[in-house]
Amino acid sequence: MSVVPISWYLVLSAILFGLGIVAFVFKRNIITIFMAIELMLNAVNLAFVAFARAHGQLDGLVFVFFVIVVAAAEAAVGLAIVISAYQNRQTLNIERFNLLKF
Amino acid sequence: MHILDQLWIIIALPLVGSAINGLFGKRFSKPVVNSIAIGAVGLSFLTVLEAVREFWQLSPDQIPVLKNYFTWILAGPFRVDFKLQMDQLTVVMLLVVTFVGLLVHIYSTGYMEHDGGYYRFFAYLNLFVFFMLTLVLAANVVLMFVGWEGVGLCSYLLIGFWFLKQSAISAGKKAFITTRIGDFGFTVGILLLFWTFKSVDYVTIFQQVSSMSVENYALGGVLTTICLLLFTGAIGKSAQLPLYVWLPDAMEGPTPVSALIHAATMVTAGVYMVARFNPLFSRAPLALFVVALVGALTGFYAATIGLLQTDIKKVLAYSTVSQLGYMFLACGMGAYASGVFHLMTHAFFKGLLFLAAGSVIHAMGGDQEMPHMGGLRTKIPITFWTMFIGTFAIAGIPGFAGYFSKDAILEAARSGPYANFWLWLLGIVAAGMTSFYMFRLIFLTFFGAPRYDEHHVHVHESPRSMTIPLILLAILSIVGGWFAAPHLVGGTDYFAKFLEPVFSAYAPEAANAAMESVEQTGSPAIMLFHALTGWPVIVGVLGLILAWWFYIKSPEIPKKLAQSLSGAYNVVYHKYYVDEIYNAVIIQPLLWISTNILWHFVDEGVIDGTVNGVARVARESGSHVREIQSGNARSYATWVVIGTVGVTVLMLGIWGMVR
Repeated sequence: MSVVPISWYLVLSAILFGLGIVAFVFKRNIITIFMAIELMLNAVNLAFVAFARAHGQLDGLVFVFFVIVVAAAEAAVGLAIVISAYQNRQTLNIERFNLLKF
Repeated sequence: MHILDQLWIIIALPLVGSAINGLFGKRFSKPVVNSIAIGAVGLSFLTVLEAVREFWQLSPDQIPVLKNYFTWILAGPFRVDFKLQMDQLTVVMLLVVTFVGLLVHIYSTGYMEHDGGYYRFFAYLNLFVFFMLTLVLAANVVLMFVGWEGVGLCSYLLIGFWFLKQSAISAGKKAFITTRIGDFGFTVGILLLFWTFKSVDYVTIFQQVSSMSVENYALGGVLTTICLLLFTGAIGKSAQLPLYVWLPDAMEGPTPVSALIHAATMVTAGVYMVARFNPLFSRAPLALFVVALVGALTGFYAATIGLLQTDIKKVLAYSTVSQLGYMFLACGMGAYASGVFHLMTHAFFKGLLFLAAGSVIHAMGGDQEMPHMGGLRTKIPITFWTMFIGTFAIAGIPGFAGYFSKDAILEAARSGPYANFWLWLLGIVAAGMTSFYMFRLIFLTFFGAPRYDEHHVHVHESPRSMTIPLILLAILSIVGGWFAAPHLVGGTDYFAKFLEPVFSAYAPEAANAAMESVEQTGSPAIMLFHALTGWPVIVGVLGLILAWWFYIKSPEIPKKLAQSLSGAYNVVYHKYYVDEIYNAVIIQPLLWISTNILWHFVDEGVIDGTVNGVARVARESGSHVREIQSGNARSYATWVVIGTVGVTVLMLGIWGMVR
């Protein structure tokens, strides 16, 4: 039985992360951007898990748990901000939220 | 307690007086200010007397007295001590400075009575005495320089004493800046002294010098260079050509200041310095010749200007410049003792003349123009007689102090080791002119009919505080030269003999030998006859007769002469246009360079431009860079990505290279 080589996991992780970046940069809807961030986080989680398994160590797994916890907290706060922003502006277009500048 | 061990008391007393009056004098009444100021200088004078008495009992090997009080500067091999020195030359200077200083202080209580800033005046005057005593007591050239600059400062403060008068302020600045030019040379000279001898102490330097040979006349050498640099300082301080211009203007100050600082003491500091450094000068014949030449030319040149001045103090000012020239002529002839002798007698008679002139101005209610005076002889008899005596003394009439010193100088120029006929001739002609302009001053002021408005000017004799110093100085103007009197009949010049150790201790062999050979021969009667019919006496009497003829017998002659020689008359009357020439050649170009190059180009362009330029670069680059912060979250993300990619590529690249 052959083992899936680690590079496959890493390539997949890179592809997911790249999609996340592209979505973050090019999408206008805040919720979509939010989902792009989640995608990037999970891409990183995949890399961590792959390395943990390849090296036979627990460190990567522990990191993944932390990331999942932080992502959950972030999802709670982030969605609350999204709702609040929508109530103020009646839109979720990121281009309209540009008051904080020079 | 021996005062000689505590020499610092002499200089400390005037400083304390100055500090008390300067800090608290405003609250004191005039008598209190007087007693502090006069007390400080008077005590200092008494201390000097006691020190001189003790000095007299010392054996020759205990001289010079050196007292080291503390180390002032210590930096590697450079060491300056607060060290005082007393030898014969110091004794003469101390006595002159404290005595004339004391008399001027007493005189000032009368003269300045109606002036504001009374305490300020006396604080400055005491401070001046302090610095002057530091100058003459210092045992090294750096401490001397402290006194040298200090008297310059006091001179500036006192010339500009009436600081509401624009001309007085300008005169003070002129005096300060002009002497600074000379001081530059002096400073460089001090540095070269240290560089050459690794010490600034007189004794150490002179001991090293005494083993050096006389330098070649034409080539010179390090001693010649040092002497010329030091003499540059003397030119500024003692108002010689070409830096004499400040002294006539300094007459803007109160008259007692002119008497003390600009006649008797400060301006003679240059002569003292040259005499002090005689071991160096005696080994630098070129420098000696320059000293003699500058002295003789100044003596002659200033005397010609004095002929036509109408302001009574200006006449005396040019006369001072001229007499200082004589002193340098003496030093340049190697006759340092004669130079110092003339310094002393000049302090007496010129101090007297200035104080008397102040008394005249006081009597005239502030008018200094001689054409407005006349016939004052009977109105202010004490002033007249004392000034008359002073004039006889400066004119070199036999029996008076000035005769002995001036005769000694001209004798040195005629037959001394460095005799030079042309310089002697300049001196003789200047002596004649001196006599002429001084008697002109007397005749215009005190003789003839009054030319002032008798209804408006109430001529009155000065108070006793002013006349007593006049009388004391008049006595000294007669007897002050008698030390040298036996010399006329082949005897000893006691003044020169007293100073001899200072001028022969480190002198080159040749100079001492030359001095010995000047001994005169002949019977006393013949020598006296020769002395009394010599050229100095003849020109002195000629000047007197000519002045009498021009200004008493037929007063129309000067006007006719002025008309027939109007070209020359105008040039001399306007002081050879030297102030105008200096203005055009030096001051205006300096102003132009300062304004257009230093100010508008260097300061505004380069310095301000650099500073403002740095600020502008930061501001303008900031105003462009801030546009990155657009408020657009997606552009931030783009920058983050670009940054991450950039850093990653960089890291991998470096890592790859390291591996």
